[in-house]
Amino acid sequence: MNMESAISPPMNPFVIHPAVIKEKRQEAPEIVTFRLQLEDPAIRKQFRFEPGQFNMVYAFGVGEVAISIVSDPDHPRELDHTIRIVGRTTDVIGRMQPGDRLGIRGPFGKGWPMEEAKGSDILIVTGGLGCAPVVGAIEYIFRRRENYGMMNILHGVKAPHDLLYRERFDAWRAHPRTHVWLTSDEPGKTWHYHVGVVTELFDRVQFDPNHTFVMMCGPEIMMRVASHLLSQRGLTPDRMYVSLERHMACGIGLCGHCQLGPYFICKDGPVMRLDRILPWLGKSGI
Amino acid sequence: MNPSHTASWGILNRRDFPRLLDALRTQGYRIIGPTLQDGAVKWGDIATVDDFPVGWRDHQSPGHYRLERTESFRYFDIVHGAESFKPLTFAPRETLLVLERTHKTFVATPILPDPEPLAVLGVRACDLAGLAIQDRIFLHGPYADPYYRARRDRLFIIAVQCTRALDTCFCASMGTGPQATAGFDLALIEGDADFVVQTGSEEGARLAQHLSLHPVPPERLRQEEIRMAACAASQTRSIDQSALPRALYDAHDHERWDDVARRCLACTNCTMVCPTCFCHGVEEQPDLMWTRSERARVWDSCFTPDHGYIHGKNLRPTIKDRYRMWLTHKLAAWIDQFGMSGCVGCGRCLTWCPVGIDLTEEIKELIRSRQASGS
Ligand SMILES: Cc1cc2nc3c(=O)[nH]c(=O)nc-3n(C[C@H](O)[C@H](O)[C@H](O)COP(=O)(O)OP(=O)(O)OC[C@H]3O[C@@H](n4cnc5c(N)ncnc54)[C@H](O)[C@@H]3O)c2cc1C
Ligand code: SF4
Ligand code: SF4
Ligand code: FES
Repeated sequence: MNMESAISPPMNPFVIHPAVIKEKRQEAPEIVTFRLQLEDPAIRKQFRFEPGQFNMVYAFGVGEVAISIVSDPDHPRELDHTIRIVGRTTDVIGRMQPGDRLGIRGPFGKGWPMEEAKGSDILIVTGGLGCAPVVGAIEYIFRRRENYGMMNILHGVKAPHDLLYRERFDAWRAHPRTHVWLTSDEPGKTWHYHVGVVTELFDRVQFDPNHTFVMMCGPEIMMRVASHLLSQRGLTPDRMYVSLERHMACGIGLCGHCQLGPYFICKDGPVMRLDRILPWLGKSGI
Repeated sequence: MNPSHTASWGILNRRDFPRLLDALRTQGYRIIGPTLQDGAVKWGDIATVDDFPVGWRDHQSPGHYRLERTESFRYFDIVHGAESFKPLTFAPRETLLVLERTHKTFVATPILPDPEPLAVLGVRACDLAGLAIQDRIFLHGPYADPYYRARRDRLFIIAVQCTRALDTCFCASMGTGPQATAGFDLALIEGDADFVVQTGSEEGARLAQHLSLHPVPPERLRQEEIRMAACAASQTRSIDQSALPRALYDAHDHERWDDVARRCLACTNCTMVCPTCFCHGVEEQPDLMWTRSERARVWDSCFTPDHGYIHGKNLRPTIKDRYRMWLTHKLAAWIDQFGMSGCVGCGRCLTWCPVGIDLTEEIKELIRSRQASGS
């Protein structure tokens, strides 16, 4: 074996680039947002991404995890990642402090159709705990509010305590032409929003199916049911997009882990147009 | 290998066979070929022609592999062993990076494999088809893999044409063999007293100049074509690809999956011996001081419980899910992903399956009843 540094980093998609933690924000007990800056000025300068794309984020000596980029693509020199601490690697990452280094490979995958959706109303449907992949799209729209129409954000959780950070929804609610709808499958003492599954909210939301783009993220079964109901309301599958999650080890279509039917979610997704993925969505055991 | 190369043929006398090894060594190649090691056929170093397993032939059937002593003095009577061509280009364990902590940060250094020129002698048509599939995956996707590239670019490939099929072979139905038609530098057909040598690249043609080849009578080439056609005709197993990939996607809820799941042990053997399976995981190995860490990719299998794991749940918890994942990927999704089947018909997964599961039988059942039910 020979040490080979002649291969320049962009040619070797496995090379991990150190990034310094500029800021750390505790969003909730188990959720942190890091603002990262790639150390190498050349890499930093060429880094471009779209909302919905992800990086492989690396903790030295531990491993890599796939994490969505939630910051704005017009400021690619700083990268925000909101990470939920769920296991071995995210646990180590969660303990890092400003000044510490994480590693980055990316950006990988396909993002949301922000250009195509320009001028349309937007319906965001999310379920479950995280849903980081849509956060980048939502923030993107709010920074360019005049380019998009009505904004409806629907978010469902299993139980009230699963609503991980309420403040963010309150902040979104404050934007013009924006409605935020929350629901919980189970009731709770302090829960004064809807009780029931997220798809029940569709009856309350006004939208024109011909001028709406849907962006969804959450359990595949939920997205399947939601897309069915939305189709009944006149939305065509080519205006509905979903973000998918699979086990990921490489991020570049080589390791085989992230497959869903004929797709590699790391390179054909994670954001996919519904009509391409519908036959596979929520199918058990795949 | 140059696709514009015009093939030429010549005859190499048996006693001149060592010249081939000499010529390769003069060109700086390390030579490997099929060798017997601890009773198993493996790629091993070839110092002299006696290192080839002369006087042995293999018998394979689902769940069985047997080597038999023969009186033959041929070098290439053994068709293949458990080890496919795959480990030569996609290493079972490949160190990708060494990461070292510096003052406050860290540096990641790629560790590329040693590009020592390597001649591989005794490569079968199905091996070459497997190699072409792996090239498609590792070199012709959105990201070319520099580790695979380094191992690939150093190769000089000498194919040996098949004139005897195993009970498990079905390359003919997959369109990959028994005759190798591309992807080699030289190809040999072994006769009783000589070899017919075919060039497949400019490099191969240059090497052939050192071999003092004799002209081949056209009649001889026709005879060899007939021998290879007979080898194809002797194959009893097959996969009918005409309804794929659709038919297998549609078979998602077929009861045959339950049946095969009762037999399958999820041992991963089939994926390890398969020349095309490419799944891998990445292992991180920090040193005790936590100042240096190595990242290596390691073969993985869709039969392991971790393969479909995402936090909090396993997407393919049962053996049924995993066998279905494997077969559906191999024979159906692969076509959508790479424009070719993921199976080259080498038969290894039949032979090395401890319970003798035969994918050609499984696919037949999965597709037949679909047609019967008219869906
Ligand atoms: C495209 C994509 C975007 C994501 N974006 C975010 C995000 O913005 N914020 C966030 O908090 N999480 C996100 N996730 C989920 C995140 O990748 C997992 O939570 C993380 O990998 C868990 O790692 P762990 O070691 O802490 O968990 P453990 O459960 O201890 O370990 C699981 C190990 O399995 C492997 N693994 C590979 N893929 C996954 C996966 N998808 N889920 C779980 N394990 C996996 C990793 O090697 C990981 O170390 C995303 C996942 C995908 C696929
Ligand atoms: S699936 Fe089986 S027969 Fe087909 S290439 Fe792989 S090991 Fe050979
Ligand atoms: S070799 Fe046979 S038993 Fe083992 S995982 Fe493959 S099909 Fe199952
Ligand atoms: S994450 Fe490796 S193939 Fe998609």
